[in-house]
Amino acid sequence: MTPALPIATLRKRAQLLRQLREFFSARGVLEIETPILSPYGNPDPHIDSIACALGTQRAYLQTSPEFAMKRLLVQGSGDIFQLCHAFRDGEAGRFHRPEFTLLEWYRLDFDHLQLNAEVIALIEQMREADAAPLQQVVQSYQALFIQYLCVDPLDTSMAQLRAVAQHQGLAVDSTLSLDGWLDLLLSHCIVPRLPANQLTTLIDYPASQAALARLNADTRTAARFEVFWGSLELANGYWELQDPDEHVRRFAVENAQRHAAGQPSMPVDQEFLKALQRGLPDCAGVALGVDRLLMKLLGAESLDAVCVD
Amino acid sequence: MASYSTNEFRGGLKIMLDGDPYTIVENEFVKPGKGQAFNRVKLRNLKNGRVVEKTFKSGESVEAADVVDVDMQYLYNDGEFWHFMDPNTFEQLSASKAAVGDAALYLKEQDIVSVTLWNGEPLSVAPPNHVELRVTQCDPGVRGDTATGATKPATVETGATVKVPLFVEEGDILKIDTRTGEYISRVKE
Repeated sequence: MTPALPIATLRKRAQLLRQLREFFSARGVLEIETPILSPYGNPDPHIDSIACALGTQRAYLQTSPEFAMKRLLVQGSGDIFQLCHAFRDGEAGRFHRPEFTLLEWYRLDFDHLQLNAEVIALIEQMREADAAPLQQVVQSYQALFIQYLCVDPLDTSMAQLRAVAQHQGLAVDSTLSLDGWLDLLLSHCIVPRLPANQLTTLIDYPASQAALARLNADTRTAARFEVFWGSLELANGYWELQDPDEHVRRFAVENAQRHAAGQPSMPVDQEFLKALQRGLPDCAGVALGVDRLLMKLLGAESLDAVCVD
Repeated sequence: MASYSTNEFRGGLKIMLDGDPYTIVENEFVKPGKGQAFNRVKLRNLKNGRVVEKTFKSGESVEAADVVDVDMQYLYNDGEFWHFMDPNTFEQLSASKAAVGDAALYLKEQDIVSVTLWNGEPLSVAPPNHVELRVTQCDPGVRGDTATGATKPATVETGATVKVPLFVEEGDILKIDTRTGEYISRVKE
């Protein structure tokens, strides 16, 4: 039997959830709820949906409330946020649990930099007033790779990235894509070296890692950002892609990647695609790991220290 | 052939890597929110004890190593091989110097030891954490000197040399920690 969490940890979580709601209430952002169970999965090849049986139908637990919330945006909801559980198969470790608490919110007429500023403000507001200040740094994906590894991630090759990994002492025999090599170097050689008392926002991801962010004017990078507290990834956000055809194209690429990797393809949310035809308003959205934020606020070393089993 | 997926990785799991058996010492799941997941693993080579780091793409499978620990009784050394017997099946096997290694210094006939087998062959031998061995050679004892903390070398019946307090005499039986090679106490007969 796993040891029970201290009551102080339960209280801290309750306080955090209350403060998060106050943060959005003060800014006029509406709390909403969407279904956790959906007939559609997530086609992202690096995220595995948990399938379950709904009568004779197959259903999936949400990996995030993104599609459902964007449908509300199309319906004219205005600014919205949600606190919910999300589920990802196969993710388990010190900083991962297959079920976790997610905070996701969308802001109309924000771009990703404005939304990043709001994420930073939120984190600062959740901290104790007397906590030591955190440095705030915004850096591009390209600049970070050049700073730590002397390699330009937008103009490189698998051979070069493999050589960099070797030089960094990483032993990897796996077959990786170019983005896989970038993920390896970012997660093994760069993120662990980010200063501990710093909130680092990583912006301008390579276009191949745009996910559902729109591309920047240079078309080589995407309007996507991630926020790290020390070396712990807390949030991932986009200045949202609006073009419905581009959505269809990206989902097809993802399902093709799944197929190539021997993973089951995922049914794409048809209601979401239909909604996009009606027009997603100009907005930015972000998802933030609440359990991880609680971990950092408590100075804990593992999610097990803040999550009830 | 048995194999393990990376999501079964945990400390103590035995896997094959480049033809050698390894045990997992530490396994960390590393995944950017939107990217490739990895298992960053520390492994110990069971043949030479070296610890290496290796990164696997999550979801990959690796071959399982057929490695088991068996409690066996140490019988004797014939000059080249050390012979052991399974006390339940009476099955015997012999282990080379490479497999026995430094454990040889603490192996006393009849003692029960842990023999690690790889594909049925001895890979390594671990003596009990504490053994009781007779001193076969040391300088004469200094009676009553229990306070100075000074030590002298003593050789025990299995060949190990340990640092002992000055009062220890030849013929005494000592309790020794085989993991550190340190003297713990004198044992009354």
